[in-house]
Amino acid sequence: MDFVVSQLLTGLSLSSILLLVALGLAIIYGVTGVINLAHGEFVMLGAYCAWLLQTQLGWGLLPSLIPIFVAVALLGLAIEYLVIRHLYDRPLDTILATWGLGVMAQQIVRLLAGGELRYVQMPGALSESVNILGATDSAYRLFVLAFALGLFALTWYVYRHTSIGLQLRAITQNRQIASSFGINAGRAYRLTFAYGAGIAGLAGALISPLKSVSPEMGTGYVVDAFMVVVVGGVQSLFGTVVSSGLLGELTGALAYLSNDTIAKALVLAAVVVIIRFRPQGLFTPRLRA
Amino acid sequence: MKNDRRTFIKHAAAAGAFTAAGFPHIWSKNASLAYAQSGQIKVGVLFSLTGTTAIIEESLNKATIMAIEEINAVGGVNGMKIVPVVEDPASDPATFAEKARKLVLSDKCVSVFGSYTSASRKAVLPVFERQANLFFYPTLYEGRECSKNVIYTGAVPNQQQDDFVPWLVEKFGKRWYMIGSNYIYPKEENNYCKKLLKSLGAEVIAEEYVPLGHSEFSSVINKFRSEKPNVIFSTVVGDSVVALHRQYRAAGLDPATMPMASLTTSENEVAAMGGDAAAGHFTSAPYFMVHESPENRRFVEAYRKRWGADKVTHFVSESSYFQVYLFKQAVAKLKAGDINPLAIREALKGEQFQAPQGLVKVEPENLHCWLHPKIGQCQSDGQFKILKQSANWLEPNPYSAYPNQKCTAEGLKEI
Repeated sequence: MDFVVSQLLTGLSLSSILLLVALGLAIIYGVTGVINLAHGEFVMLGAYCAWLLQTQLGWGLLPSLIPIFVAVALLGLAIEYLVIRHLYDRPLDTILATWGLGVMAQQIVRLLAGGELRYVQMPGALSESVNILGATDSAYRLFVLAFALGLFALTWYVYRHTSIGLQLRAITQNRQIASSFGINAGRAYRLTFAYGAGIAGLAGALISPLKSVSPEMGTGYVVDAFMVVVVGGVQSLFGTVVSSGLLGELTGALAYLSNDTIAKALVLAAVVVIIRFRPQGLFTPRLRA
Repeated sequence: MKNDRRTFIKHAAAAGAFTAAGFPHIWSKNASLAYAQSGQIKVGVLFSLTGTTAIIEESLNKATIMAIEEINAVGGVNGMKIVPVVEDPASDPATFAEKARKLVLSDKCVSVFGSYTSASRKAVLPVFERQANLFFYPTLYEGRECSKNVIYTGAVPNQQQDDFVPWLVEKFGKRWYMIGSNYIYPKEENNYCKKLLKSLGAEVIAEEYVPLGHSEFSSVINKFRSEKPNVIFSTVVGDSVVALHRQYRAAGLDPATMPMASLTTSENEVAAMGGDAAAGHFTSAPYFMVHESPENRRFVEAYRKRWGADKVTHFVSESSYFQVYLFKQAVAKLKAGDINPLAIREALKGEQFQAPQGLVKVEPENLHCWLHPKIGQCQSDGQFKILKQSANWLEPNPYSAYPNQKCTAEGLKEI
């Protein structure tokens, strides 16, 4: 019994990390249609912010989260203003531009902070392990899980129940008509991009105590995030949470039954099969044609 | 747009032709090369200063350069200065081969010190064998190689495991869990380890490999928890090792009952993961920074003075350092007119040097080194505590996992 619980918890922990990384990407893609290949670098920058605040100012991880969100969101805002907004409706160019930005971010960090691997200290109160139904799990992993769900709930609330969310949904359905009703689409896009970047920064900060921090760390996450978004359906927040849950549990279970190498291959194969038969993803908002 | 592309192709083709023309030496004979001209001996230094493994290779470059500077400061070799030609192969095996060719053919280096990963060593090997040059390789590696053009100064499996594995079995128990990165080095180390464990009556309860660069170990840790091994034999490398240790610590597992035993976790990796995550785990290596010897005190002091007070020395930077001295001693035995790579190799056979780790010797048969294995336990300050040192130096046996093969001076022999 405790073994099943601990395996479920492992899967949930994997899911929560996937959700954190994919959420920002899903929002940006869902609303603006920009395929942001620099997303992994926002994650990386969040992790480096956490490292910087810790080593330079002695801040713990938890109080650092708000300044990290603000810093990476502001960077996202600047990038949207300087680069992305000139490229809307040119999907191939945005892919190239964001990929280039990602490469630049990696090299800038390498030049400023050095290529060494770094680490971020886990918050003291969460560095213990706790007992749940007979299974032991890291308190920090549970915290990340709770945080990811909280962040999702907040995003969901903003999207469904606020006026800015209503505007976003209107733009997603039809930008021209939304604009003709007086919705400032440019502003909505900018805020969305900034919010998505900020969430990626938070993701980076939160995973930094569990993983190593290096300039190239983002590359792997952007692949995982795309997998989640593609499986979940690109315009569905709900799809993102379900698909990260699914992929996390699947990876965890397969890795337990065989090993991580095989799990990775099988999960990718499963994703290929899913998008072969449901190219629109598992969940898609119903739209009138 | 079209025009641009055409011009680009034209330029690229021209550049290609130019590069090819830049290496006319490909056809020249080695015998005619004069290696010790005008009181200088040129050597190549081939460690990545950019790219993924630059983090560690930079420290190997620094140790090599420091040894060369020290030798030149006291008059060089028989009055001749050693001149290092530094190249940056950018962590890419193909670039390694290209730069090695340049050092050997165009710079006419008499030997080259370099490389860290097995992939890069395999990439440069044909260059040194074909051009009859000499390569000094400082890294511990998986063995199973018998080149006559490489001097191997790092440990091979038997030198890291012969003392380590029985000690761990006796101290912790007979249920072993093997976790490694998915490539040749961990598999070969595990092959030898399994052989040792079998002779000790211990069992391997799992042997598992994760992809290179893997950073999510929660499923693996779950298995540690349910299998409860006595020892976790880890050959995980690179940034994965940081993730594994930090997640092990976060999961609340206890190194006192389920320690990780590693062959690759040096002071350098510990600095990247933090002492708290590394504390309590074990590493076997010929050298630790805290080793007490006058030579090591001098080495650490000089290294920090030259490169910065926060720098660490580790078991690969130590061999990068002493192999330059072995080279120097061998060259010193030769007359200036006789200096060439193969003469240096012959002079190196049986050569000894008082290294920071202790006295080392080049084994004449297989060109690997006799080394002093040690077992260290990591402490929370990021340094190791040496728990056991072998009384004698240990012979290198690159084919320890393959008893029917032996590396001899004539080449690989089937027994």
